[in-house]
Amino acid sequence: MINRIASFGRSGIDLVISFGQAGRFLAGVLSGVPHPATGFPLLMKQLYSVGVLSLAIIVVSGLFIGMVLGLQGYTILSDFGSEAAIGQMIALTLVRELGPVVTALLFAGRAGSALTAEIGLMKATEQLSSMEMMGVDPLRRVIAPRLWAGFIAMPVLAIIFSMVGIWGGMLVGVEWLGVFEGSYWGNMQASVDFWDDVVNGVIKSVVFGFVCAWIAVYQGYDCVPTSAGISSATTKTVVYSSLAVLGLDFVLTAVMFGNF
Amino acid sequence: MTQRTTDITVGLFMLAGLAALLFLALQVSGLSPKSAKSTYTIYADFNDTGGITPRGRVSMAGVTVGTIDSISLNKETFQARVAMSIHGDVDNIPADSAAVIRTSGLLGEQYIDISIGGEMDSLKEGDTFYSTQSAMNIERLISNFASGK
Repeated sequence: MINRIASFGRSGIDLVISFGQAGRFLAGVLSGVPHPATGFPLLMKQLYSVGVLSLAIIVVSGLFIGMVLGLQGYTILSDFGSEAAIGQMIALTLVRELGPVVTALLFAGRAGSALTAEIGLMKATEQLSSMEMMGVDPLRRVIAPRLWAGFIAMPVLAIIFSMVGIWGGMLVGVEWLGVFEGSYWGNMQASVDFWDDVVNGVIKSVVFGFVCAWIAVYQGYDCVPTSAGISSATTKTVVYSSLAVLGLDFVLTAVMFGNF
Repeated sequence: MTQRTTDITVGLFMLAGLAALLFLALQVSGLSPKSAKSTYTIYADFNDTGGITPRGRVSMAGVTVGTIDSISLNKETFQARVAMSIHGDVDNIPADSAAVIRTSGLLGEQYIDISIGGEMDSLKEGDTFYSTQSAMNIERLISNFASGK
């Protein structure tokens, strides 16, 4: 019994320690400002692998989610004879919620897990320690470009997701089910506000991008340098990122849109 | 892949993001450079605002001429004070016009309709409507009908 309580307490203390380590790690990564001439190409390379290569899954998912929203929205709204409101429903759902959240979940699965596995393998094959031996700071050289790339790529991906989704909704609603195109766009423009809806959605995705990239690089850097350790770190990245995104989304929604 | 190709692809990626943001701004939220034009604020006191909300529509003969800015309670008269900003080019609303809360369709959103008066003077910045008509309340309507009033 005592042992159980002790182990419960120990896991609590471990949790606090790991939060502290993650914070110190983040401070270490952000404090070292890389030289623009060497840092910029590294960042570009990471932006390519984190952002550009995630584009396909983002565009395809956005298209299908927009189309499903159009189909389901039409089924329900046409019962009340207000299928013209389908445009505003799709746009608000995507811009406020689904755009940032689904993009972040896909991003954690597609790019976050890859970041963790890559850094974890670098650690397991002692590339990180050999860099230190050569006097190169791995936090600056390896971790910082990946963190910044995730941070920058995520809002861009979320904006593209929302745009493709709205277009997909139009494809189903207007082209297929015959909602008048003027009322699709008109209702949307009347109800979506640029600052309240679009910009708040972008702020959400900036926060999610930061959290996802941070979790991914920290899990990779902190993993046990064995094959089992890397696999569990990759799993943790996806699980923790998803939970953090969904939890933070509730908090951000309550702060941004909860005042009515 | 050479550094140059990577740079170009990433550049295209960022441009695509910028284009998408522009699409969201112009096509989805209807933000246009024109919408920053001048407006003036006028007020109306209602006994019951029903379901109107800030950012709602203010119309005249069915044409949108402004938006609802804020709704607050006047603590002295216990009426709701609604501030609305009217487009600057609609500057000749007669001073004896009435602000009426209407519903679009049976279940639609509520909005403020300005029914035109006949006076030569027009409402200026900061003026208050002389007469208003509150939101139609279906429950009150039914209870009045049932009690035969």
